[in-house]
Amino acid sequence: MDLWSYLEYAAWGLSAAFGLHMAFDWLKTDSTYSEDVLTSSREGELEAMAEEHKAQS
Amino acid sequence: MSDIDITSKTMDGMGPHGTKVGLLRVLGPAHVWALGVGIVLVGEYMGWNFAVGKGGAYAALIACWFAGILYSCVAMIDSEVTSTVASAGGQYTQAKHIIGPLMAFNVGLYLVFAYTMLEAANAITAGYLFFVVAQMTGHAGDLDQRPFIILVIMFLAWLNYRGVLATLTFNLVITAIAFVAILVLFASTSGVLGGGIMEHAALFEGHELPYGWIGVLAAMHFGLWYYLGIEGTTQAAEEVRSPARALPFGTLAGIMTLLIAATLTWYVCSGVLPWEFLGDGVNGSVAPLFDTARLSGSTGLVWLLGFGTLFATLASANGCINDASRAWFAMGRDKYLPGWFGAVHPKYRTPYRSIVFLVPIALIFALGAPLDQVITFSILSGLLGYTFMPLNIILFRRKWPLDTIKRGYEHPFHPIPALTLLTLCAITFFAVFLGYGTQLVAMIGFYIVVSLWFHFWRYRFVNRGAQFTMPWPKPRGY
Repeated sequence: MDLWSYLEYAAWGLSAAFGLHMAFDWLKTDSTYSEDVLTSSREGELEAMAEEHKAQS
Repeated sequence: MSDIDITSKTMDGMGPHGTKVGLLRVLGPAHVWALGVGIVLVGEYMGWNFAVGKGGAYAALIACWFAGILYSCVAMIDSEVTSTVASAGGQYTQAKHIIGPLMAFNVGLYLVFAYTMLEAANAITAGYLFFVVAQMTGHAGDLDQRPFIILVIMFLAWLNYRGVLATLTFNLVITAIAFVAILVLFASTSGVLGGGIMEHAALFEGHELPYGWIGVLAAMHFGLWYYLGIEGTTQAAEEVRSPARALPFGTLAGIMTLLIAATLTWYVCSGVLPWEFLGDGVNGSVAPLFDTARLSGSTGLVWLLGFGTLFATLASANGCINDASRAWFAMGRDKYLPGWFGAVHPKYRTPYRSIVFLVPIALIFALGAPLDQVITFSILSGLLGYTFMPLNIILFRRKWPLDTIKRGYEHPFHPIPALTLLTLCAITFFAVFLGYGTQLVAMIGFYIVVSLWFHFWRYRFVNRGAQFTMPWPKPRGY
């Protein structure tokens, strides 16, 4: 086995580690926070605030 | 009645009252530049040289500059519209506000397919680069490229998952290195620093336009490769600190960078490599800048351009993950797709479900589809998107003239850029039809089928009251 054979195994291992980390964090996040919070993002946040400033001034 | 009113403090559903977790506004113009140029620069390192194969070196230069005009129009039009419609989703959100839901759904799909296919193509290329390096360093037998292809996609998806600032700062660094590598190669081989090795006159003699003007037309297809993806800067709209300033600045600086990089790339490679070798991107010059560095005889240049090629590939895949996920997220948030995709990670503030969902799709294409088909699907989706842009800006200016909405940037000479873009798109469609007619027809058929699905089924789930979020006056004529 030369260096590249070890690198192949390392690439498989790192890929699995990144994938598992995302999957684990995803499940943890989904079980910790409610769907209402996670999907509360609304388009136009900046524009809404700008309108508010205009209305206040 | 709509349940959304952006001027209400109690029922607007928006931040700071409604949005509990939103995307993070942390990016500056340099990140926008890195996103746009990062996606594209790989096209200078490989792919553009197929244009030489189609029509010779001069045809590739003509295609380079005509495509440069096309993309300058794209950048100007995009800068004006997106500095006004500053939301994730880019052209999808523009289409939603300016044209209508069916156009928006199609544009959203163009974006996701163009970027996901390009990401897959980049991962395939990265795997191939590792394969070449393994061979050059004496590895016995063929290297298995699959673990490296998967690693590129998984690592970059993980980086995107963890936060946009780190993701695009990483892109800024590797894109800058890849761009500087082109400048150094030009300076070292053209005679600016030391002796030059350019042989344009000798290499071009008798091969000026080997296939005549039809070759020039055919070269337009791959001329897009010099700049394909610069329009991706708009996807950062919801994450930049100052959209009206950062988006036009980053996008226009990006297209200027690419015009310089594309012209230098053509000059350097066509002056060193014979056109027959340069134009064969499969059995000849797969990575022309790297091959030029090898012919220069400088070990330092070989290393620099080797890393430049790898970095350009990674930057492109990284930007594509960022852009595809934002477009998918924006469509989910509006219920054009299941609303589940519209989630934002409460800690990292990224559209994490969209990022993870697109990973297996990219992997399937990267591991199971041939590179040229993947690239063609990406180009065609991009081209459909460019065709939408001139219609978009003409309607935008007609419905909301300059004196009705304040823009961060106003592009000059309207409607000349729009009409130029439309004409160049028509020429490029014809050029693509010459080489990939079946794929073009199949893809248009696909978009017609999904449009019917959206119109007759999906649209009933769309959150119609929340679609129009910009505090604009009523459009003229309505």
